[in-house]
This record gives sequence, structure tokens and C-alpha cells, in this order.
Amino acid sequence: MKYIDEFRDGGTARSLAAAIAREARPERRYHIMEFCGGHTHAISRYGLTDLLPPGIRLIHGPGCPVCVLPIGRIDNAIELALNRGVILAAYGDCLRVPASGGLSLLKAKARGADVRMVYSSADALKLAQDHPDREVVFFAIGFETTTPPTAVALSQAEKLGLRNFTVFCNHVLTPSAIAHILESPEVRLHGTVPLDAFIGPAHVSTVIGSQPYEHFAEEYEKPVVIAGFEPLDVMQAILMLVRQLNEGRAEVENEFSRAVTREGNLKAQRLVAETFELRKSFEWRGLNEVPYSALRIKARYAAFDAERRFGIEYKSVADNRACECGAILRGLKRPQDCKLFGTVCTPENPAGSCMVSSEGACAAHYTYGRYKDVVMS
Amino acid sequence: MSDATVRKGYIRPVDFKHGRVDMTHGGGGRAMAQLIDELFLAAFDNDWLRAANDQACFAVPGGRIAMATDAHVVSPLFFPGGDIGCLSVHGTINDVAMSGAKPLYLSASFILEEGFALADLKRIVESMARAAREAGVPIVTGDTKVVESGKGDGVFITTTGVGVVPEGVNISGDRAQPGDAILLSGSLGDHGVAIMAQRESLGFETRIESDTAALHELVARMIEAAPDIHVLRDPTRGGLATTLNEIARQSGVGMLLRETAIPVRQEVAAACEFLGLDPLYVANEGKLVCLCAERDAERLLEVMRAHPLGREAARVGSAHADPHHFVQMETGFGGKRIVDWLTGEQLPRIC
Repeated sequence: MKYIDEFRDGGTARSLAAAIAREARPERRYHIMEFCGGHTHAISRYGLTDLLPPGIRLIHGPGCPVCVLPIGRIDNAIELALNRGVILAAYGDCLRVPASGGLSLLKAKARGADVRMVYSSADALKLAQDHPDREVVFFAIGFETTTPPTAVALSQAEKLGLRNFTVFCNHVLTPSAIAHILESPEVRLHGTVPLDAFIGPAHVSTVIGSQPYEHFAEEYEKPVVIAGFEPLDVMQAILMLVRQLNEGRAEVENEFSRAVTREGNLKAQRLVAETFELRKSFEWRGLNEVPYSALRIKARYAAFDAERRFGIEYKSVADNRACECGAILRGLKRPQDCKLFGTVCTPENPAGSCMVSSEGACAAHYTYGRYKDVVMS
Repeated sequence: MSDATVRKGYIRPVDFKHGRVDMTHGGGGRAMAQLIDELFLAAFDNDWLRAANDQACFAVPGGRIAMATDAHVVSPLFFPGGDIGCLSVHGTINDVAMSGAKPLYLSASFILEEGFALADLKRIVESMARAAREAGVPIVTGDTKVVESGKGDGVFITTTGVGVVPEGVNISGDRAQPGDAILLSGSLGDHGVAIMAQRESLGFETRIESDTAALHELVARMIEAAPDIHVLRDPTRGGLATTLNEIARQSGVGMLLRETAIPVRQEVAAACEFLGLDPLYVANEGKLVCLCAERDAERLLEVMRAHPLGREAARVGSAHADPHHFVQMETGFGGKRIVDWLTGEQLPRIC
């Protein structure tokens, strides 16, 4: 397939792998965090770790929008759908995320809640137009990639004068999460999470540009290479990071130059700025409260804010105590280090959020890589 | 209206243009009898149905009888390349044929929703009749029920089929052995993607058609060429990945696929890419996967490729001893990964 096969070519992959093996110094280790779930998925699906020398360890970061959504927010969404009679429009991979009381949106649906899977915020808007007699709430989640479409939906809802459409906003910010990880005691003080470099987000960076990462390169001396989601992009980014680390550089480099500029998509940024404002703090699953890490709807669009219209109150809910999602999302542990992995917690019955989305570190390892654990044991 | 204009014994025919299913069509009375006469009997027309009994009686040839049943619920009812009618015939014929049996007879049971347009029902029934005629497998008995509006999804069709397994043929999901070749009759994902592209919320246009087809003749050719086929299965719901995992578990073997050998049409690959789906997990309705001894593999491939429904047949991998029964795949990229069971439904990814 054109524009796809070029980025999945086995021959090119092997020559990149050879270059990485040649340039990675045998005496040192390279701890590289891929922030995005999209990268985690590509790494597992294409078996990239098989192509890397043993000194390179990939740490799966918290960039899976479904995984970092705290239980309390899903409880809120379920409450809306089950008890407030709304049509709840949600992205597909939100539906199976486990919430309190053994529920998920999918299970709530089986109990009579009107939960609809949508592919975009525009679908949700259309639902509201098609059902003028029903309240439609769009369960908006995701990083900077999905935020602009939500902003568009809000401004269109205003233009159309829709009275039955609101957005339950859960949009979060990538740079705040990276900063939080770099500031965490595990990374800064104890050194329990050795973290040498980042593979920077693909789609997120098309919106925010490469500039926001410059702070991390300068302030924390961590090299960042922004990479596309295709497997060759990831391989190329790893090679570029190995070179930076070998040469003692800490710069922001852009492997994904076919889509990402330094400034990003200014129109999208403007739109987001008109519609949303920063929350003082937001709970992330696995990272706890992270200051200035999420967005809420501006007062101007209050009429379309589900939190205001339905008086939603947030209550933090702790994870299953044995679940290691938190430590995994912070790079402290690997999926196979969790006692629940593959036993109590499987993609059919996820206990923690990392097992839900195919981008989650646990689901990716379970689905694509667990035969390696068997071989080792 | 004067008496002279009404012929004696005249009964107003069912209005297949504007009429709708109502509760009387399932009530067991005249309305139901009329619907059966004018629609089902007219379309399926054969001696067994004409006998108007509650069952069909037929002579049974010697040997093992294979029997399969399949409930069909699909939305939308009409899709590029087919509809629920022909799908319900092909699906059950294929389930019978995957034992190596020659399918002989079908039954069909309809659950209709009150308010369903009779014009659509007629289209569906005629499509079933055509599919059954082309396959040479008559629908010899059936049943109709009507449920109240809101309690069905237009129409549900359950078909049951019986067939006879030829002497000396023993095809079963537990017969795969280490060393077996895995053959696939054609490209993956056409049906599932054709259906998904039709769903209202997606609204993208493709030229992809469902691959729905009856595979029994292809199976017959394959058995003639190599009677000792170990496993045959049609990778419907859950796709090839799920089917192979079922076989791996039943037979207690592992499997290794080669990604580059698996045929996927470009349009399908593109649509899957777009929707965040994996063609390995997308449904097919006119493909089969075959596990056979290595010595039979080339001959079978040749026979498959000579048949219109197996033109793109390919060898996609092999079975091996593995106590964990993993289905693995060498990616086009040079790495390896598990091809796991499908979890729930395939849901599109956000990012």
C-alpha cells in the first residue's frame, strides 16, 4: 500500500537495526521512554525489541489516553449514562475501561444505559442534531490530538444553537506529563527509573509542534526525537537518540518532519485556546494529581459544559491495590512484573487501565509479546 | 364495487410493494399461510415445501451426516456484495462443508420484526433462493415468527444444514499436527470491511464488496485431490487470528505465520489502517483455511488456485509443537509477535 509500505519495509528495518547495533556502545545502557501509546503499539505489533541490541531498553510511557483516565472520571460518565438519561457518546476504546463496582461503559450499556460509540466529535454532534429530544453528552478524552476536534464541536454547537449537546471534558496535556515524570522522585533523586531520552509523540506534535520539548532538552538534558507511528520511524528515532547520547548532546530532533513543524498547527492551537483553559490540577491514573495538566471548557461555552450542566462532582477512586498500572505508567515496572498480569488481569477482564486499550503497555505486551516471558521462564 | 368485477375465489395478494410485516404474519392464521405461499414457497419452490408438512422427509445416503446451524444477525441487512439472505445460505453451507461433507438440505427460520417492509423481506428471501439454487442445496423446511416492533432488528435468520461426509474423510479442528502447512484460500477482511463501510456513522466510500460465497464445491475439489486434509475452517467472526487460535487449542499445537504471505487487498488494508483495525481479526464469509500434511500442500494449492473461489490461495505458515499453543507471526518487519485471540470486539483506536 502506497505511503504505508515505505514505512514498514523489512530490508530498511534490518539495515537500521544493524546501524543501531553498530553504534550502540556495548558497555553502556540506553533507557529510552516512548511517551506515546501509538509508539508502544507499533513496537509490540512489529516486534521491534527483537531487532534491538540488549543494551537498549524501551520504557513505555503514559501516553495512552485511555490508560491515564482516572476511574473517578469514568464513574462520572457511567453515572450520566445510567442515571441521568443522557445519550453518552464515547470513543471506542473508552468503552471497556474498568470503573468502580465492576462496571465499564460497555457493562453500563448492557444495564440499559444509552452509550454510543463514535469515531469523532462530529459524530457526537450529529447524534445531538438527530435526537433533539435527548441530552447528548460527548465523553471527550485524549491528548492534544483529539482536543481540536472537540473545540470544533463546541464552536459548531454554539453556532447551531444546540441546547441538548454538552461535552464532558477530560483532555490532558503531554508536556505537563513529561515534566511530571522528570520531576518525580524516582527519576530525579532515587534514580530507580533511569531515563536517558524520549521518543516524542507523533500526532500530538503535529498540533503542538516540536517547540514545547525544547525545555526538556535544555533544562533536564534529555534528548528528544519526535517520531512518526510507523515502525521505521521508531527505529530511526532510536538510532538518532543513540547518536545524541553517544555524542553527549541533548537536543530536540524531528524525525517526523513529514508532518511536524517547530510551531505546530497554529490554527488548531488558536481554536483550542479560544475554547479551553487550564485546570489547576487533574488526576491522572498512575501519576496522581498533576498540576496544570488538563483542560476545561471556558466560561464562554459554559452552556455546553457537561460538568456545569449536570453538576458533576469528581471523586478520586483508588486502583486495585495489587495493580501496578501506576508504576508501569511511570516506567518503574514492566507489565510482566505485575502479579495480576496475565492471571487476574487480561484483556478480557482488565483490572487496570494499561490492559484495556491496545496502546496500553500491558495489553500490548499481553497481545503481542507474552510468548517471550514463557521462553525465559 | 360491483360483484361482476371480483373473480370468484379471489384473494387479495400480499402487498409486497408498500406492505409491512404485522403480528398476523406470525399468528398461524390465514395471513401467515398467505405469506408462506406467496413469498417463501414461491421463492424456494421444491417438492418438500410444497408438501406443506411441518417437517421435510428425505432419504439419507450412507455414511456420516454433518449438521450445522447458524443464526444470522447483521446490520445493515443489505451491503455491497450481498445481504443477510444469501449470507444465511452461504454461512451454513460453509459450516457443513468444513467437515468435508457435501451439503444436501437446508432449513430456514425467520424472526421478523413488526413493521418490517415486505419489499425488503421479499428481496432477502429471493436472494436466499438464488443462493440456494446456485449452490444446489434446497431449503426444504422453515418457520416464521413475528416479534413486536422494537424487539427485533428487522429480520433474524437461522439456517440449519445437513450433509454427508464422503467415505474416508476425517476433517476436524483437533487433527492439526506439527509440520502441517497452513493454506488460505484468498484475501482477508473483505466482508467485515464492506459491512463496516456501510454503517451509517462511518460514511466513507469504498468499492470493497463482501466475499460471501458457498465454498462446498471448492472443498469437494480439494478432497478429491487430497482426501487426508486435517483441518478446514472458514474464518468468519474474529477473522483468521481467532480461527487459528481455536485450531491451535483444539489440536494442541503452535503455529507460525508469515505476515508477508497473507493476502490482503489494498483497499481493505487501507480501510483497516484508517479505522485502526487489523485485517487478521476482520470477518470473512467466503474464505477457508486448511491445515494439511506438507506432502499434500502443493497439490492442494494448485487445485484451490484453479477454482474461482481460491484463485489467490496462499501458503501462509505452518504448525509446530508448542505446549502453550501460541499462534505467532513473523512480521514483515523481521520481528515476531503473538497473534492472539480477539478481545471483545475490535474497537478502533483513538490516537
